Amino acid sequence: MSDMQISGLSKVFGGLRATDDVSFHIAPGTVHSIIGPNGAGKTTLLNLMTGIYEPTAGEVTLGGQSLLGKPFHARVAMGLGRTFQTPQICHGMSAIENVMLGSHLGLDGRLLPSMLRLPGIVRGDEACREAAAGWMRYVGLERYLDAEPGAMPYGALKRLEIARALAGKPRLILLDEPAAGLGATEKAELSRLICRLRDEGVTAVLVEHDMKLVMSVSQHVVVLNYGKKLAEGTPDEVSRNPDVIAAYLGRTH
Amino acid sequence: MSDIDKAIGMPRGLSTAGGPRLRLAGQGGVLLLAAILLLLPWLLRSGFQYHMAVMIGIHAVIAIGLNLLVGYAGQISLGHAGFMAIGAYGTAILSSRFGWPPLLGVVVSAAAAGLLAFAVGRPILRLKGYYLAMATLGLGMIIYLLISNEVWLTGGPDGLSLPMLSLFGQDVDSPKVWYGIVAVLLLVAYWMAGNLVNSPLGRALRSLEGPEALSAAAGVDVSASKVRIFTVSAVVTAFMGGIGALYAGFISPKSADFMQSIELVLMVILGGMGSIPGAVAGAAIVTLLPQVLTAVEHYEPLIYGLILILVMVLMPKGLVPTLAHRLRRSRS
Repeated sequence: MSDMQISGLSKVFGGLRATDDVSFHIAPGTVHSIIGPNGAGKTTLLNLMTGIYEPTAGEVTLGGQSLLGKPFHARVAMGLGRTFQTPQICHGMSAIENVMLGSHLGLDGRLLPSMLRLPGIVRGDEACREAAAGWMRYVGLERYLDAEPGAMPYGALKRLEIARALAGKPRLILLDEPAAGLGATEKAELSRLICRLRDEGVTAVLVEHDMKLVMSVSQHVVVLNYGKKLAEGTPDEVSRNPDVIAAYLGRTH
Repeated sequence: MSDIDKAIGMPRGLSTAGGPRLRLAGQGGVLLLAAILLLLPWLLRSGFQYHMAVMIGIHAVIAIGLNLLVGYAGQISLGHAGFMAIGAYGTAILSSRFGWPPLLGVVVSAAAAGLLAFAVGRPILRLKGYYLAMATLGLGMIIYLLISNEVWLTGGPDGLSLPMLSLFGQDVDSPKVWYGIVAVLLLVAYWMAGNLVNSPLGRALRSLEGPEALSAAAGVDVSASKVRIFTVSAVVTAFMGGIGALYAGFISPKSADFMQSIELVLMVILGGMGSIPGAVAGAAIVTLLPQVLTAVEHYEPLIYGLILILVMVLMPKGLVPTLAHRLRRSRS
């Protein structure tokens, strides 16, 4: 039984096979990392998972249901959460409102009741505000509740995005380079946060360059090179794989 | 909390400001507006001043509706005078040619404008920025041309007269009664817009201002949401177009032309994008300024333009948000 299944996935841009027959599965409650040198096809793979690209061939399923042909927002409704390499934050809203945005799917979105602020809307809104405050505490942003995103440091914005994704109660969360641009202390914080998510049974997929982070938080690592899957296994197995060392770690080891 | 956060520190006054205060501010705005609208009649001396107040009220409701689209959802429209004209001409044609009750004419015309917005919204709102501006401009121009040229239906350049509005068997011919009607409409619009932007649906709509990936990652159906808010703003605009036509008693194609669309957008930008009191302030300024400037006759367009440039240079976020920000800063 797997949460996400990727089978024979390929994406061709003109003559370039950006993703080439990649297959793996993601078991529920685990942290998977996708690594590979620059241009290995990590971002393309992520965009295929979220529906920004449609694959040339292959299949992606979440909880047994096919995701193909569904736009990104519909995949989110099916339980896919995502954060971005550069935090995508709405600057017209306060920090907590950004997190509340993440949970709007489960709430009453009818126009007229919203305009009349009917009791059902108020209840949903207050519950969602409380939950959002909870998620902000969870990621360590409790002091930023009503802050303007423009006044928050970069690392806090990255965690704000994680809080927004979590507020949607995803069954699987994709983290696109969460450590990029963070300082050493923030990276340590992030690593604790991801471990905590893992221990609480959240399924996460991590696309990351920071090998220390990848090796310390993931149960399973998939290595891509030139769009193909080069290797997969536990962090230990992968880091001992000679192909991986040659392709990815070779120069530094 | 990481050391980096501690080192940078929190801007003062942000972390303690609770959500409840923000929500109260929304209701406080409605109360303040109600107080102003109740007290204003003591200041209004002449029929002309009442007339200006009514015009400001009508424009303010349209600006509030347009602000939902332009200010909150970040989608420009340079064709909203077209929707205003659909409301105005629809009401005029249905009431004077077909003998419908005027208010029913207003409601049906607003619904028709909503249907049109819904139908053209999907292809048009795929466009962004300048391209969306062009497409909505085109939409407004088509409506203007239809109104100017279909003389058999619209009277062409001669315009159309409307019957007098009657409520509860009484003709509404006094500016004071019109003031009351428009004041109630403005209060309702202000309250409903405030409720909307602070609801879960409202946050989904406000996210459209940012990159599409952000909205989609939160599960927002971007194109459907854009069409939705475009339709809402079209319905509000057409409804007030119909009310305005009934108030004026006469309409001509001039009310549908490009400059009218520009003025509507101007109200939103000048008053403050994404600010409901801003929309009201913007409507007041854009409506009053030409009247004030009649004192300088020949130089009117020159000074009008200059004021707009100055406000935008000095207050790029618009009047109300800039002043509110300065007030908050001087307090802390």
